[in-house]
Amino acid sequence: MSEVNHWRRVVLWWLGTSIVATLLVVFLLAPIVPPGNGSVEASGQVVDNTVLLGISTPIAMAVLVFFIYALIAFRERDTSAVVDGPPIRGDAKVQTWWLVATTGIVLFMAGYGTVRLLADGAGGGQGPNPIAAPAGARNALQVQVIAQQWKFTYRWPSYGGVETSSLELPSNRMIEFHVTSLDVIHSFWAYQLGVKADANPGFDNIAYVTTKGPMTFDVHCAELCGVWHGYMFESGRVVPPGQFSSWIAQQRLHNVPSTKSLPPYSKQYFPDPQRRGG
Amino acid sequence: MTSTTIPMSARQQPAWRKLVGFNLLTGIVLAVVGWLVGSWIGARIHAPSLDYFADTGENDIGILLGYLFGVIGFLIGLGFANYPIRRLMGHPASLAEHESEGEGIARYFRLCTDHKVVSIQYIVGIGVFFLVGGINAMLIRTELLQPNVHVFGPNQYVTLVGMHGAMMMGMMTSGVLGPFANWLVPLMIGSRRMAFPRIESFTFWLLMAAGVVLVTTIFMGGFQTGWTGYQPLGDQGTAGYDAYIGFFALVGLSMCLLGFNLIVTIITMRAPGMTWNRLPIFVWSVLATALLMMLAAPMLIAALLMGAFDRTVQTAFFVASQGGSSYLFQNLFWVFGHPEVYIVALPGFGIVLELLPVFCRKPLWGYRLAVAGMLGVALLSFFVWQHHLFVSGINADLRPFYMLSTELISLPTGFIFLCAMGTMWRGRIRYSVPMLFCMGWAFNFLFGGISGVFLSDVPSDVTTHGTFFSMAHFHYTIMGGLVFTVFAAVYYWGPKMTGFNFNERLAKIHFWTLFIAFNSTFGPLFALGLMGQPRRVVTYPTHLQALNDWVSISAFCIGISMLIFLYNLIWSMLVKREPAEDNPWNSKSPEFQLPTPVPIHDFDRIPVFDADPYPYGVESAPALTPARQGA
Repeated sequence: MSEVNHWRRVVLWWLGTSIVATLLVVFLLAPIVPPGNGSVEASGQVVDNTVLLGISTPIAMAVLVFFIYALIAFRERDTSAVVDGPPIRGDAKVQTWWLVATTGIVLFMAGYGTVRLLADGAGGGQGPNPIAAPAGARNALQVQVIAQQWKFTYRWPSYGGVETSSLELPSNRMIEFHVTSLDVIHSFWAYQLGVKADANPGFDNIAYVTTKGPMTFDVHCAELCGVWHGYMFESGRVVPPGQFSSWIAQQRLHNVPSTKSLPPYSKQYFPDPQRRGG
Repeated sequence: MTSTTIPMSARQQPAWRKLVGFNLLTGIVLAVVGWLVGSWIGARIHAPSLDYFADTGENDIGILLGYLFGVIGFLIGLGFANYPIRRLMGHPASLAEHESEGEGIARYFRLCTDHKVVSIQYIVGIGVFFLVGGINAMLIRTELLQPNVHVFGPNQYVTLVGMHGAMMMGMMTSGVLGPFANWLVPLMIGSRRMAFPRIESFTFWLLMAAGVVLVTTIFMGGFQTGWTGYQPLGDQGTAGYDAYIGFFALVGLSMCLLGFNLIVTIITMRAPGMTWNRLPIFVWSVLATALLMMLAAPMLIAALLMGAFDRTVQTAFFVASQGGSSYLFQNLFWVFGHPEVYIVALPGFGIVLELLPVFCRKPLWGYRLAVAGMLGVALLSFFVWQHHLFVSGINADLRPFYMLSTELISLPTGFIFLCAMGTMWRGRIRYSVPMLFCMGWAFNFLFGGISGVFLSDVPSDVTTHGTFFSMAHFHYTIMGGLVFTVFAAVYYWGPKMTGFNFNERLAKIHFWTLFIAFNSTFGPLFALGLMGQPRRVVTYPTHLQALNDWVSISAFCIGISMLIFLYNLIWSMLVKREPAEDNPWNSKSPEFQLPTPVPIHDFDRIPVFDADPYPYGVESAPALTPARQGA
């Protein structure tokens, strides 16, 4: 039996590799991790991803280094005869420290995630009575997202309830999306804005986002909603406030006849069930 | 007396006579009859009373009753009604199970209560459907070679996605408990049979019926909902969704009974001396899984029945405009669905921890911790389901709780890793094929688990939810976790079960091609998800094509790797037939102390256990009472 101090070697290998890997991941990988800096919430998600990557990389390295070390150092060199290893059946100290360490990490991550979530809702849908509303949510611009097979329509209660078929948002403004559906479950996903909120029939799902500078963003349906789900995407734009005002004014003018025949604005709609779509 | 001498009267019969009786052929005939009867009854009920049918031109009552009666006919044809009817008519209960008698290949095509036969039936039966699910995956990846629709239409594509998911999550749920637990648990705990041998066989044939029901969806227009079957989308679906309901309800029933049977077996049928702290760790994992199966599956059945009522008799459980809720289905489904993914993962933990001591030549390190890990995963898995609904808007205030409970699951999972690492520490590791697959599991499950952290954290989940990222995550845990351990088990116990050795060289090629192709397929999917590709879409942005093509080609390599395995299986088991040794791995587990092939009644005399099955490295370790010395 060799008198090599395996523990020390594993720990040194782990320290070395995990410092390198964590630095690489945090400084090279994390900045390019989506959804990017399109909105305040999206930037927040990038920060969150960076923190999680920073925590999980050393953990992954610990397990990887251990396995690789064990597979090399403890391999049976002479497989002709079956020789048993030492009958070690456990180690209370190792088990206790493992439990303490993993519990600590988990509690930290859950606590951190909770704090980040409650700060501004992180762009996720949070039902009709959001508790994680960002500061200044009262003055947010309301946009209703009405999903149906296989299209999103946008309704603007503060602009006379006009409905538009495309989405333009003013820059540097807090938006309050009210996501609902007319038939089956959809999910409104504005990728670069870091917004995702499911659309359920008869239900108002609120998500907040604070836009930054002008940009183009993709909108996808992120919940399987039938045959043409794969085609339920489009792109929207964040534009300067002046350009937005003229766009919405133009939309109101253009849509006067159809706005008149729309049902009154409501936070949820209960259309007759479309029994067999296709 | 030796129990292997079962009096067999080799009756001389004409060949056609052998086909008559309670067997698979009769089952199929009665299934067709049952289908016709059910459809006929459905057609009588329908039409004038419910004007709804007039709009749709489709009679879901007839279709669902057709499936129901067809399955009942199939089971009667196989002979499952015989015993209950005999008992109802006053015949005395017989301790002998006549269904386990007989020899030869015919036993595999009928109701057989020999647990070893049932497990071989399970392997082959599940294997066939695994192949179907795998072919679906190949077709999906073929379609995704190009960003626009080019091979299949959107309906065919969505149906393929749903069939792949349902086949893998439905049939493969019993992928370890069906074949391996049925074979191993009695041998490991020192019993000659399962507690309910007829139920054991019943679960298998029910599962096969379910698989066939799912395949019939192709002829019914497919289903557009994916394996999750969300309502009210399912409510809109064509008759193909009825096949989905029938399939998953039957799978649920089979799962529930399988779990129930295993729990009773493990609790009540242990041999003398097989105390709870000597129970092999694989049996503990089976127990934890079986508890989940029994408790979770009824939720699924309930949800699907509500869906069936919505579709047929116009209830409105999931119709918002009539007081129902689309969230109800999501909640019920995931109350089942999250334990379900641990039903799939837990037996893998058990297999790895059972195999590591053998190939590291050391006792299992931290036995109690491993048990705590398995039971902990099982318990916690009931409290995490709403992490599938983080952005859905339901119970949004509870998201911090679900975030915590989801991340807590990494504690018991960490125990499993710690026990694996402790067992390897200062061992004498031998690189046999099963060991390679165990290491493949460790690597894949590590990345599956780490990626799960991002999905459990709500702010991160907002971007990754419903994308290829989450798809890659669960393929890492289920395919990288379960499928790799299933292959470890096949190579480890397969020779013992069948009596024939595998070709080791082909097995090694199979491992390395599978391991590399698997990571090359699902690693890039994390990136694709982060780059904005949602799940289950038939089209995607053109700038993602290069990566998608890479994934598709790697996926075809997985297919080739599986074909290598299939070739090895057929060549080794059916052509070469090189007899296996009794104990090729020098295992100290009780099943390897029996001769190969294992005699029909397993043990000549019920063994007495005076140690756990891991006395490696102990010179004077009390050996397990060798069962073959009995008599």
